[in-house]
Amino acid sequence: MSDGIVPAPQQKLRNLIRYGFINLGILPFLLVGSILFFGLQEERFLSSLNLFNVARHSTFLIIIAMGQMVVLLTAGLDLSVGAIVGFAGVVTGLVLQSILGANPEAFAMVVPVAVLCGVLAGMLVGSVNGFGVAILGVPPFMMTLGTMTSLVGISLSFTSGLPITGIPDRYMELLGYGRILGILPAIWITGILFVLVWLLLNQTTVGRYFYSVGSNIRASQLSGINTVKQLMLAYIFSGAMAGLTGVLFVARTGSAEALNGSNYSLQSVAACVIGGVSLFGGSGKVRDVLLGAIFITLLTNGMNLTRVESYVQQIVLGLVLILALVADQIRTKMLS
Amino acid sequence: MPPERGNELTTTTIQTEQKTNSAMPELILRVQGVSKRYGSVTALKDMQFELRPGEVHVLFGENGAGKSTLINVISGAIRPNEGTLQVAGKPVDFHSVHDARAHGIAAMFQEFSLAPHLSVEENVFLGSEPSAGIWLKRGERRRLVQEAMAQFGFELDSQKQVIHLTRAQAQMVEMTKALMVNPRILILDEPTASLSQRETEAMFELVHKLRAQGVGIIYITHRIKEIEEIGDRVTVMRDGMYIDTVDVATSSHDTLVELMTGRSFESFYPDIKHEPGEVRLKIHELASQSGGVQHCSLEVRAREIVGLAGLVGCGKSRIGRAVFGLEKVASGEITVNGEKITQATPRKMLAKGVAYVTSDRHKEGLMLARSTKENLTLTSLSQPNLSSKGWLKTRQEKTFAQSLGERMSVKPLALTKPVSAYSGGNQQKVLIGKSLAREANVIIFDEPTVGVDVGARVEVYQFLKELAEAGAAIVIISSDMPEVLNMSHRLYVVRDGMIVDSMDKADIDETRVLQGFFGTEDTQLQNNLEGARHE
Repeated sequence: MSDGIVPAPQQKLRNLIRYGFINLGILPFLLVGSILFFGLQEERFLSSLNLFNVARHSTFLIIIAMGQMVVLLTAGLDLSVGAIVGFAGVVTGLVLQSILGANPEAFAMVVPVAVLCGVLAGMLVGSVNGFGVAILGVPPFMMTLGTMTSLVGISLSFTSGLPITGIPDRYMELLGYGRILGILPAIWITGILFVLVWLLLNQTTVGRYFYSVGSNIRASQLSGINTVKQLMLAYIFSGAMAGLTGVLFVARTGSAEALNGSNYSLQSVAACVIGGVSLFGGSGKVRDVLLGAIFITLLTNGMNLTRVESYVQQIVLGLVLILALVADQIRTKMLS
Repeated sequence: MPPERGNELTTTTIQTEQKTNSAMPELILRVQGVSKRYGSVTALKDMQFELRPGEVHVLFGENGAGKSTLINVISGAIRPNEGTLQVAGKPVDFHSVHDARAHGIAAMFQEFSLAPHLSVEENVFLGSEPSAGIWLKRGERRRLVQEAMAQFGFELDSQKQVIHLTRAQAQMVEMTKALMVNPRILILDEPTASLSQRETEAMFELVHKLRAQGVGIIYITHRIKEIEEIGDRVTVMRDGMYIDTVDVATSSHDTLVELMTGRSFESFYPDIKHEPGEVRLKIHELASQSGGVQHCSLEVRAREIVGLAGLVGCGKSRIGRAVFGLEKVASGEITVNGEKITQATPRKMLAKGVAYVTSDRHKEGLMLARSTKENLTLTSLSQPNLSSKGWLKTRQEKTFAQSLGERMSVKPLALTKPVSAYSGGNQQKVLIGKSLAREANVIIFDEPTVGVDVGARVEVYQFLKELAEAGAAIVIISSDMPEVLNMSHRLYVVRDGMIVDSMDKADIDETRVLQGFFGTEDTQLQNNLEGARHE
């Protein structure tokens, strides 16, 4: 080893990096690295307008990824979240349309109902997933692939394949582009949800049981934990988060489409994995999932600004994902 | 122990060494200074071993003594960190099982390496199929396999899928596979563990035949009776280290056990007071849906340890699992603290004060990747001392885990580290601690010391003693004969899912227990044991 001839400050830095890597993983390095890189390449990148943009763009992915994370913790996988975003949006759009069509004055009442219906639609799909996985014993991959496929069909038949437009402007302002204390509603909601999910996973028994079920389901059963309930809850929770995203999506874009958000299924898994959530269940931190989702958005945004072509962007995203997984393997080895 | 025994032992050792020295040139295998470490765990330390052609050399030691690691090194499955191997005087360095096989080393492992959906003949030649170019020679393969099996005396349909064979038959396939290469060195890992009496005799005959042909055989067994029946020499291992090599003919049963455990029985098993109180657990005519338990009746009182002994797979463990709701009950009654239990589930039984310590801590005991703290508190997290209305009391959880870890003497206690970083002994302590974290007065231990080193074993026994004397009703289910014989106040013998014998502490006798195991009044066996005792 050449450690002996390295001057002291450099040695210190190296130790610091090593310590950081072992304790925090590769994500902070990727984040700092990409911020520095794009910041130097393109001065607009660090402008407040752009950072605001990144925050706004990352909210949906963060919310969905937090739901996905809970399912991943139980050693599951939810491929249907993307389809739920579309489905919940369609349900919300239809409710808005039908009630306001009949009674245009009922706005104060209709918004909570529409939002609730969207979220409930997501939870309904989640409970179907949970039923299949927890009670029928279908592998999560197949179960959620199945619901995903049918759900797109259901959404399309609800809308006859056309987007639902004519979303009232007040709805879009309230949940979409309006400001509460100068901050977008979606950002408020994401922040509050982040705190709630953190509390759920770190301060409640239900949260702890998500980890235990994913880490060893038999041991959890033998410890008196209702594992069926935990699995059901995980998928319902994930469905609720995706459903809420669907509701917000409609508020942002003003149209509800079956295929809205279909990219989120895999992106949410990628955000979790980059954030160090194990695909085998039982480990992961919500803070890192948040950073993972922000990182993916940041990378896309940076590449857009520096005019990287979209297919090259895909290559880069794929490579970064693999890099994160390899780094995690190395880290696991260094830990032991 | 009478002091003469120690002297006898030393002389044996010296004799063996002299013999070994004179026989040096004809050694077929020599292992010197071999060490193997996994992270901070040392599985083998400076191990030595030698094998002559035409001898059956038994490897003897407790679970976790390093036997498997040693045979894995010899068979090329793992590479040691240090040390050398010589085959027929020439140094070798195996990179794979294939390498070792090329040097005439074949192994038959306890866990079969057969592909269940392939046929017998496909399995035997798996990886070395007779072929011309890319084309298989099916006819030749069949002929070779059938010839070989006829030669070894195995009666098997060579076209049958392995999945449809019994364990004993699968073992014949495994054996045929090992012998196809005409090995000079054959490793047999507990070959009789799943065999019936008749099949065992056939196996011994085959071993004798191979020995006569000059094959060196490394034989792993836990059964002392087998050592006496088939072994020429015994190498005893403990805690990954070489202890001694002795001749079977000149060493007694007790000597072997002492070498293996490193202490005499007296200091190993604590003396547990027996003042039985009220009946805590009562099982009446229990039968399980799987048929693995039939007509089973027993009772356990407070301040009492009851043992269930039997061979691996005899159904003794299913009895305990049925009580905890892990095995579906078809008929019969289970009564806990006077209350009849129907539709038992682990959740319900924990609430009734029953604890179950599983025999498989990796599969259904611990969350290996999670921290020691989380493992210790998992069972009792829902209790009012650790949570209220679903909110965790994180500070209380930490102190609770700390004191539980200390009570179980987990060393060194690191609450935040993943439990997988611990050795088997410490993991077992965490498992026991976790299972007992909730108030329990009926405690079922299924193989309480499986894969646990000697030191931790003593601590576990001490802990059992404390629990019993503090008023718990304890069931020990164990395949470890000395353990269940010495720890129990009352012993039930299980065979084929039925309780075939029961005896009080004063009447516990190994011969009687073994007769129960096999269902025989085997006078031969009795004589053997008597002979061994009086040597």
